[in-house]
Amino acid sequence: MRVTQGTFSFLPDFTDQQIHEQVQYCIDNGWAVSIEYTDDPHPRNTYWEMWGHPMFDNPDAAAVVYELNECRKVYGSYYIRIIAFDSSPGWESIRLSFIVNRPSEEPGFKLSRTEVKGRNIQYSITPYSSDKPQGSRYK
Amino acid sequence: MENEGQEKESEIVTEVNLKEDFQASGVADILAELDNSLIGLTPVKTRIKETASLLLVDKAREKLGLVNESPTLHMSFSGNPGTGKTTVALKMANLLFRLGYVRKGHLVTVTRDDLVGQYIGHTAPKTKEVLKKAMGGVLFIDEAYYLYRPENERDYGQEAIEILLQVMENNRDDLVVILAGYKDKMDKFFESNPGFRSRIAHHIDFPDYSNNELLQIAEVMVASMNYQFNEESKKAMAEYIKIRKKQPHFANARSIRNAIDRARLRQANRVFNNSEGPIGASFLSQIEDIDIRQSRVFSGGIDK
Repeated sequence: MRVTQGTFSFLPDFTDQQIHEQVQYCIDNGWAVSIEYTDDPHPRNTYWEMWGHPMFDNPDAAAVVYELNECRKVYGSYYIRIIAFDSSPGWESIRLSFIVNRPSEEPGFKLSRTEVKGRNIQYSITPYSSDKPQGSRYK
Repeated sequence: MENEGQEKESEIVTEVNLKEDFQASGVADILAELDNSLIGLTPVKTRIKETASLLLVDKAREKLGLVNESPTLHMSFSGNPGTGKTTVALKMANLLFRLGYVRKGHLVTVTRDDLVGQYIGHTAPKTKEVLKKAMGGVLFIDEAYYLYRPENERDYGQEAIEILLQVMENNRDDLVVILAGYKDKMDKFFESNPGFRSRIAHHIDFPDYSNNELLQIAEVMVASMNYQFNEESKKAMAEYIKIRKKQPHFANARSIRNAIDRARLRQANRVFNNSEGPIGASFLSQIEDIDIRQSRVFSGGIDK
């Protein structure tokens, strides 16, 4: 199951050239772009690991694509996303976030139903991949 | 995106107009500006013009589908201090931007301190940070030979050099590296780092300025600060240049700028002490020969 989230989630995966152009748009708007990765695809997993610092002072998107490729060398089988922070409202807010790298195989999620008081049903989802310990989920 | 690409492909270009391209790119303005704003430096200007035409022709060839590798644009500027290396580098960044070889055209100026760390593991992130900042523009490494210190085999400069070489090769489209430094030291640097020499296509020598050129530079500087020379002060300046040039630590145009700054200081002092009643703009902007002749250089001392 293909995990989607963030901006452009309905589009096919971007090429590096397309990533470059999107990132350039963010930079030209004065947003700080950073790269994050994770191997836990749960939708409520909001805080991913940071790859380096947010890039505040790079005028060109090539720097981000360069770092992305560095990150792919190490975490090529993880989810990697690019996020753009906008500091202008006074609170650091994410303006844009999109997935730029994903595992070759995404096993999807397990839906479990629990019957609780009054025959109500509680639903929860668990990624099949998170059965394995962190770091050995995707190859 | 995809549609656009297809359109471009279907549009068959059979001829290009170099003159039109030249006009459209705005390169002419920069070259003219180079000619007007920089005094002397004829060999440098010639090389830059040659490079500009090569790049323009390359772009035209690309349009016609004559495939050629993107050219190596890394450069090395060698010359004595104050011969205009940084100024030309700044113009170069602008030129490459107009020609479409760098995307942003900004210049990042660094020295050894900005690239080399103080302890193990510190250098690589530092160098990469600088390289990332320079992407889309030009990275200018002043006094590049300091990167390599053969006398200390545990020096981290080597690490910075390796990363630099790697990025210069792999990210050729993303940034242009310009190394600068004194001629003899740069030659030694390239001898001990053959990888660097072969990755740099353009080696440009900056000659020293002649006395006459230095005087012209002085006049341009004075004019740009809204001051003026008269006949006597011009003569004094010419004499100053003659004497100063023979003294140690002469840094061409930079020494001239310093001399002018000091002359302004003396002028301000003179104006302040002598002024009684209202004075006009011409009096405030006139540099007299006495302002220059008070310099230590004339009494055998050294202006730093």
